[in-house]
Amino acid sequence: MKTLNVVGQRVPMHDAALKVTGQAQFTDDLVLPGMLYGRLVRSTVAHGRIVSIDTSAAEALPGVKGVLTGADIPDQVYGIVPKAKDEYALAKEKVRYVGDEVAAVVAIDPETAEQAARLVRVEYEELPAVFDPLEAIKEGAPVIHDRHPNNTSVSIHKEFGDVEKGFAASAFVFEDSFYSQAVNHAPMEPHAALAQYDPLNGDFTIWTGTQIPYFLKRNLATTMGVPENKVRVIKPKVGGGFGQKLDMFAKDFCACWFARELGRPVKFIYDREEVFQTTRQRHPMYLTVKTGVNKRGKILAQHITAHADGGAYNSTAPLMIALSCFFVMIPYKIENLVYDGYHIYTNKPVGGAMRGHGVPQPRFAIERQVDLIAKRIGVDPVEMRLLNAIKAGEPHAAGFVINTCGFSESVEEAAKAIGWKEKRGKLPFGRGIGLAGSAWPSGVANMAHLASGAVVQLMREGRVNVLSGASDIGQGAETVINQIVAEQLGVPMEDVHITAADTGLCPLDAGTFGSGVTVRAGHAALAAANDVREQLFPFIADWLECGPDDLEAADRRIWVRGNPERGMSLSEALKRYQYADMPLPIVGRGAWIPPADQPTDLLTENGNFAPNYSFMTQAAEVEVDVETGKVSVLRMVTAHDCGVPINPMLVEGQLDGSMVGGMGQALYEDSTCIDGQQYNPSFLDYGMPTMLEIPDMDSRHIDTHDPLGPFGAKEAGEGTQLAPAPAIVNAIADAIGVEFDRLPVTPQMVLEALKKKDGAS
Amino acid sequence: MDERRILTLKINGDPHEVVVTANTTLLEALREKAFLTGTKRGCDLGACGACTVILDGEAVLACLTLAAAAEGCDIRTIEGLSIRGELSPLQRAFVDHGAVQCGFCSPGFLMSATALLAENPRPDRAEIKRTLAGNLCRCTGYAKIVEAVEAVVADAGEIADPLPIAAGGAA
Repeated sequence: MKTLNVVGQRVPMHDAALKVTGQAQFTDDLVLPGMLYGRLVRSTVAHGRIVSIDTSAAEALPGVKGVLTGADIPDQVYGIVPKAKDEYALAKEKVRYVGDEVAAVVAIDPETAEQAARLVRVEYEELPAVFDPLEAIKEGAPVIHDRHPNNTSVSIHKEFGDVEKGFAASAFVFEDSFYSQAVNHAPMEPHAALAQYDPLNGDFTIWTGTQIPYFLKRNLATTMGVPENKVRVIKPKVGGGFGQKLDMFAKDFCACWFARELGRPVKFIYDREEVFQTTRQRHPMYLTVKTGVNKRGKILAQHITAHADGGAYNSTAPLMIALSCFFVMIPYKIENLVYDGYHIYTNKPVGGAMRGHGVPQPRFAIERQVDLIAKRIGVDPVEMRLLNAIKAGEPHAAGFVINTCGFSESVEEAAKAIGWKEKRGKLPFGRGIGLAGSAWPSGVANMAHLASGAVVQLMREGRVNVLSGASDIGQGAETVINQIVAEQLGVPMEDVHITAADTGLCPLDAGTFGSGVTVRAGHAALAAANDVREQLFPFIADWLECGPDDLEAADRRIWVRGNPERGMSLSEALKRYQYADMPLPIVGRGAWIPPADQPTDLLTENGNFAPNYSFMTQAAEVEVDVETGKVSVLRMVTAHDCGVPINPMLVEGQLDGSMVGGMGQALYEDSTCIDGQQYNPSFLDYGMPTMLEIPDMDSRHIDTHDPLGPFGAKEAGEGTQLAPAPAIVNAIADAIGVEFDRLPVTPQMVLEALKKKDGAS
Repeated sequence: MDERRILTLKINGDPHEVVVTANTTLLEALREKAFLTGTKRGCDLGACGACTVILDGEAVLACLTLAAAAEGCDIRTIEGLSIRGELSPLQRAFVDHGAVQCGFCSPGFLMSATALLAENPRPDRAEIKRTLAGNLCRCTGYAKIVEAVEAVVADAGEIADPLPIAAGGAA
């Protein structure tokens, strides 16, 4: 195999220096001449009919330039999944949760806009509301969207194999129920948009912190009623997304609308409370898992029932529930499975994609139940996981094609690293260890709109310009793409310059979700770089009297393999190419789409879901303070198969962030909504982990080389956030003998459980 | 509250004239009046630390500090940490150790860490964590941030002046 010079190296993010000097520009850092400031007016009731909106006082306020209500905008709903569009940029007729957008104001400065927003008087006829999905599906519950009288906007019923037969063959059948709470993504950068309009051409330009510029472009064009080619979406630096910046939001629409109406640039910034309450959150989910096993713990059948609390709108609903279903089919080999899933409307904040998208919830349930079953039938939880582990190349009941799989190795490695044999069940009361497994696709494959393109231009002086549609939201996508291009063209990282996620300049890309960027956009960049090689290298090969495939390139030099003296510098090569009057500029083009011989409808057809799959096991050691109920995670191990890491340092960053995010979900975070009102929409009250809570973290790499990944790579961005929560809760069970079935495990729950346990003994 | 006045703020050694009202925060003055946008607004409630700046040697939250109260103070922001394009040792360590992901929290972390090292060039891990616990990050899981600060501490002999001002500055 070829020696790699840039791929596989721990190079810093290409824009890290700009970020540490304060020069990196996020949307709110951008200022345009004559810019105006917008603010949204939001519903104060959980469910109601809009009777009237009086904008006169707001309009009369000096400095106010415009007020917009739902009645003024086209009758066009939007949404991220075409079949599930159900949201207006500004509510028409009805509001469905506290925080729903009813109007927008724009003024000369943010203070005036805020004052004006408070002067908009909205009269509501309040309607009965419902706040729990299990209540919302009952006969006679308030109907939130007329299209769905039972409030169930999406349901999925899937059967793989023969479940009845599987249960009949089982030595034991267990049924357990679980609940996973609402979690906020809490990216550090609040959502923002800045739009400009050119009245001569009718062109909109919007700078906005989005994970999917091309979806946003489409949704903006549709809702504004303009052709798609009139909207240019530019993604500045994005201060974290985690799925929360997939959707279009009112700020995007309103910034564009007012830019056109007023002929001036308009900026909307959400405050932190709006981020918590009115963007997206992880779906709360009720789960029941019925599992049949043989005497050794081999899973013979599983029936999962999931009720997801979608909040007031769909957002990604059909995708979320499909992912939730399909991805319980890894990392264990489950021949017979039924999944019944329901996405249910409630009068609450909206559920959306969040790191793991619909899967951490069932993962929590399943990984908890594996430990419960192991205990009930008297087998070791590690052995039970190994017994059920998927292996590469095996036939798969849902049709997945898994070419590489390091799951078993990850279980063994994590168990070893946490000290399973020495510690499990053997630590003093209050201390315990636990583990849990998971897996994740490198981008979902069977959906439309998933091509990724790249353009690479090799400039005369050796500078390399890359155009990519990929959205770097802080995970380092641009750096990974630059590494791939630098590797192929034999130049150092600093010679490669990327322009990405600008729909006016860059080729189509599916966007940042489902952890598919490295594989998808990486492959496109690789193909484009190879196209450049194919233009330049035959010419150089003639000079060097060898075949183009005999050439190697690194460190700005090209030479004949095995004979470094027979070569020339890249700049010499480019000079000769130019003076020979060869075609300039040298532009390479690449595109990649996951292998496309699969069905396109997730809800009805099975098929291979992703180009490849990552596998991992998390293990935790915890200490429970029996006086206060507080759980401290002392140590967290992740053993992870992400194929060949393009940049091990960035991979570690993803794993660390995922472990801490998962720990927050296990112990602290709960976006609390009581009677439709958010109770903790601030960092102070929400309580995500700080530096003080982080455990000692240890990430271990399991080597695989995936044939469908660029340079053998697989995803590293999401899978690791699936299993820290069950690993921690499993460790708590080992520490104090209490089996928790809902998240987060708060000190209060621990104390109550200990009290109950004391009473019982 | 609407009465406007002109303040001269000394930011990174330079005098900046800004028009403020009594309730203008230092964060607004920096970002919206002086166009020093490196200081970030993450919550506007003093909970996330993204707006941390150094005021007379102490790390403060710019969103909870009134601009008027900062008049006459030595204000240092992220824009003032590197001198003539050379990254400060902390900035360099953040880059090299992968302590930066999305970068939105990085300016605040760097200002908190810079103030810490100015006061105690050799903090142990517990003190680093205690001091930086007021800065939130959702990307990194904090591990590499701790690692970066510790790397600078290990080299502490080299930092002559943790808060230098570029030659030609007004300090």
